[in-house]
Amino acid sequence: MSSTSNTTTISTVGPPSRRNTELAMLAFAVIIPIFAYANVGLAMSDELPSGLLNYGLGLGFLAAVGHLVVRKWAPYADPLLLPLATLINGLGLVIIWRLDQSRRLAARAEAAGQTFTAAAPRQLMYSALGIALFVAVLLLLKDHRKLQRYTYISMFFSIVLLLLPLVPGLGMNVFGARIWISVAGFSIQPAEFAKIVIAVFFAGYLMVKRDALALASRRFMGMYLPRGRDLFPILTVWAISILILVFETDLGTSLLFFGMFVVMLYVATERTSWIVFGLLMSAVGAVTVGSIEPHVKTRVDAWLDPFAAFDNGTTDQIAQAMMAFGSGGTVGTGLGQGNSDLIGFAANSDFILATVGEELGLAGTMAILLVYALIVERGARTALAARDPFGKMLAIGLSAAFAIQVFVVAGGVMGLIPLTGMTMPFMAYGGSSVIANWALIAVLIRISDTARRPAPAPAPSPDAEMTQVVRP
Amino acid sequence: MSELTLTVMRLGFLAVLWLFVIVAVQVIRSDLFGTRVTQRGTARRAAPDRSHQRQAAPPQQRQQQRQQQSGGRGRRGAPTKLVVTEGSLTGTTVALQGQTITLGRAHDSTIVLDDDYASSRHARIYPDRDGQWIVEDLGSTNGTYLDRTRLTAPTPIPLGAPIRIGKTVIELRK
Repeated sequence: MSSTSNTTTISTVGPPSRRNTELAMLAFAVIIPIFAYANVGLAMSDELPSGLLNYGLGLGFLAAVGHLVVRKWAPYADPLLLPLATLINGLGLVIIWRLDQSRRLAARAEAAGQTFTAAAPRQLMYSALGIALFVAVLLLLKDHRKLQRYTYISMFFSIVLLLLPLVPGLGMNVFGARIWISVAGFSIQPAEFAKIVIAVFFAGYLMVKRDALALASRRFMGMYLPRGRDLFPILTVWAISILILVFETDLGTSLLFFGMFVVMLYVATERTSWIVFGLLMSAVGAVTVGSIEPHVKTRVDAWLDPFAAFDNGTTDQIAQAMMAFGSGGTVGTGLGQGNSDLIGFAANSDFILATVGEELGLAGTMAILLVYALIVERGARTALAARDPFGKMLAIGLSAAFAIQVFVVAGGVMGLIPLTGMTMPFMAYGGSSVIANWALIAVLIRISDTARRPAPAPAPSPDAEMTQVVRP
Repeated sequence: MSELTLTVMRLGFLAVLWLFVIVAVQVIRSDLFGTRVTQRGTARRAAPDRSHQRQAAPPQQRQQQRQQQSGGRGRRGAPTKLVVTEGSLTGTTVALQGQTITLGRAHDSTIVLDDDYASSRHARIYPDRDGQWIVEDLGSTNGTYLDRTRLTAPTPIPLGAPIRIGKTVIELRK
């Protein structure tokens, strides 16, 4: 027997169902927001908040429903997506509740002649609706490949959704941006839902056209230049996103759709030239529109010099947000002890990250951004593991949309890019955003369940055995 | 509420938040699946840890294993593992659990041979209905040798007989 130093044993390991891990992480993800809630109450009014039990039970119930449905109908799904989303949703609820307690915001609403309504209960209701949609998607969508049948229908549907805010009588112009529609007393942001629908279209379209886009190209200066007619789809999407920018004056949505398309194009074709083209085209579009459209122009000016905008009274939000981040420092002022409510308008929606930055500091903000990054990582991992090209494209498209949305909002609030009217997924106040993002997570869970399900055992072939027995 | 309590809660909350992130990353780490390679440092050829491997086997493989055990139990002298004795993979063992073992340069082979003389799908080793292990050459360029004879048909493997593929030699052991 030879003696060797590297003795190894190789055995195959199947992907196990990780539902118990998910349950443990989910319990952890429910406890952290309850801790935060108690912390806010103790800091602001010296006592445990009276709604603590109800809030804890409510969040725990929603998480339990989500978990049981995943356990029953998607047993091999990724164990982290649900807990990560639950954690951010729960923390967002706590921060919205904390801003509800602010006397400054209440006084500000009264000064403007409005009645101040607490946003947290509504957000809890939206979260419940989001979980309901999550459950519905998992129940109705047994196989994500069925979505492939609706490639061109979803293109039509997403364009309708994107153009709805422009319909007179239905669309609402709120603070300069036409991205809401009003239906039966509720205001809905159709773009949030459109991003899922359009991901289905891009995935189905690119899956069919990827070879033409990747292979039919000329090489020029180290880059692959696509043929003129293959440029048509990217030009169309670019034109649509420019139209959104001009007519709805919404930089965020336009950036989200174009960015998502470029990412998916790159993933489908493995050609870096698409990224170069995409960046050039979005730069040209953004600069042109930014210098013409007045609403966009004020935002660009506020981005270039936030404190000048603060002094001359155009907008004080970005400067206030920067001061909030600054006063937070490394470990923050503590939950409920900051002054981020000075931001006033949109403190609990677009600018919610400023409250996180002030009260949890750099350490807390990095943790929250890491949680977002982990969601995106699990989405990308799902795309890698998916066996069918459509599932791959859909998973990477949805994670890219999620990542771009976080980048656009966080970058806007921190002053890295001009501010856009988008919401931090799961965290910010806003029904459409929470509900649509729960649906997005449900689709990712469905794809990851299919991807991680162990391959069925090959059917035993009796013929193979027979041929082996016969010998000359 | 005293300043001290609030400071402790503030730092405690950040610690808990980071703990969550770290635990999540640990879950990802344990979630990377594929072939499990257990390093066992010394050259002692202890019998493979059966309970460990049984736990790791995917369901369908477990089923096959059960079938093989119910059918082949009591067979004396049945090999339990395949050992690579020469070549770059020397010392590698694969537990024989009723599954087919493929050898070749293809990445999805059970034993991936890094050998210029091996074909991408070179040979396979599988149990027949009686639990006897058979080696079959899959039309390789340079051939598979059992002892010194080149294989032309599926052949039963005697215990301890060397099977040579390029520079690699494997044998079955109890």
